[in-house]
Amino acid sequence: MGAFGSSDCGGGGLDMVTSATTASRTGLYDWFIQRTSAVILLAYVLVCVGWMLANSGFGYTQWSGLFAQTWMKVFSLLALVALAGHAWVGLWVVFTDYLTERMLGAAGKTIRLLAEGASVIIMLAYFVWGIKILWGL
Amino acid sequence: MLQVSIYRYNPEIDAEPYMQDVQVETGGKDLMVLDVMELIKAEDETVVYRRSCREGVCGSDGVNMNGTNGLACVTPLSKAVRKNKLVLRPLPGLPVIRDLVVDMSLFYAQYEKVQPYLQNQSPAPAIERLQSPEEREKLDGLYECILCACCSTACPSFWWNPDKFIGPAGLLQAYRFLADTRDTATDERLARLADPFSVFRCHGIQACVNVCPKGLNPTRAIGHIRNMLLSRAT
Ligand code: SF4
Ligand code: SF4
Ligand code: FES
Repeated sequence: MGAFGSSDCGGGGLDMVTSATTASRTGLYDWFIQRTSAVILLAYVLVCVGWMLANSGFGYTQWSGLFAQTWMKVFSLLALVALAGHAWVGLWVVFTDYLTERMLGAAGKTIRLLAEGASVIIMLAYFVWGIKILWGL
Repeated sequence: MLQVSIYRYNPEIDAEPYMQDVQVETGGKDLMVLDVMELIKAEDETVVYRRSCREGVCGSDGVNMNGTNGLACVTPLSKAVRKNKLVLRPLPGLPVIRDLVVDMSLFYAQYEKVQPYLQNQSPAPAIERLQSPEEREKLDGLYECILCACCSTACPSFWWNPDKFIGPAGLLQAYRFLADTRDTATDERLARLADPFSVFRCHGIQACVNVCPKGLNPTRAIGHIRNMLLSRAT
């Protein structure tokens, strides 16, 4: 995710819109990532909350026992990937709405690229950190 | 007396736009907003707006009335006025040429992008290309658009990216030709809509549906386009 290069969505032109910084280069896949990741995240939240309700009064041992199981680790990793994908597509949309040449003048492109770069780095960092927590690498 | 506040801007004279307060004697009648604008113009002929048919057909008098876009000629005061006050502004998001007249170039450029005409390379039959009544029915709710721009200029996604997001009006027409059984350019049309902006900047908040003076539903048409793109890709 985050094929990150020069963005060519410069203002003014009305030709076919392509952009190097979208997750997938087509609106459909961005949309698809957004929807599937939302479903995964929802399922993950439901499972976690459901587990908490089913095991009221649980302590650290039970909680870490849950996360010691392989299915939960895989599920958590999946949720982590979904979160990163969801956040990236969402942020990319927000950035290309508000951090544009139309809004900010000529500096818009630079500001947008910086914001996109920063969010990619932050998300990758969280992702690696998440793996470390889950798998204790 | 109705209190009207009207957006004024003449770039040749005014450094900045301003709101002008005017009182209008409506005689207690439930006039249309356009009638009120005509009364104002009768007093001050420098007030500028577009209008033609005065019956909701031509689509030229789209304005923002108390914060809501609509056609002045078919919007009665009883619907637009709140607390005896009427605020008239140009359609939001497009450059203002003068007073209530906006520059529609971007809006039309987006319309042009969807190639709003029938495309069919097969030789034309002797009389006409036929459709069954059911096939024709698919165009209902699409062909009636009068391109007033009330919807696109009510759409936040169009405000932010009017050069990249086609907007509800253009997309309604895109679907009008995608849905037409006589049109054979479906795949090319869809290919041109697949990027992240043209269709996918629609976030489905339906601001367009709420203002369309013809009661059309661009959001639904956009949903159909998205489904077509989805089945094309899978
Ligand atoms: S539903 Fe889509 S096209 Fe309509 S106003 Fe919302 S974002 Fe714009
Ligand atoms: S869809 Fe409705 S609001 Fe939009 S341009 Fe057409 S008639 Fe006007
Ligand atoms: S003047 Fe023609 S639609 Fe209002």
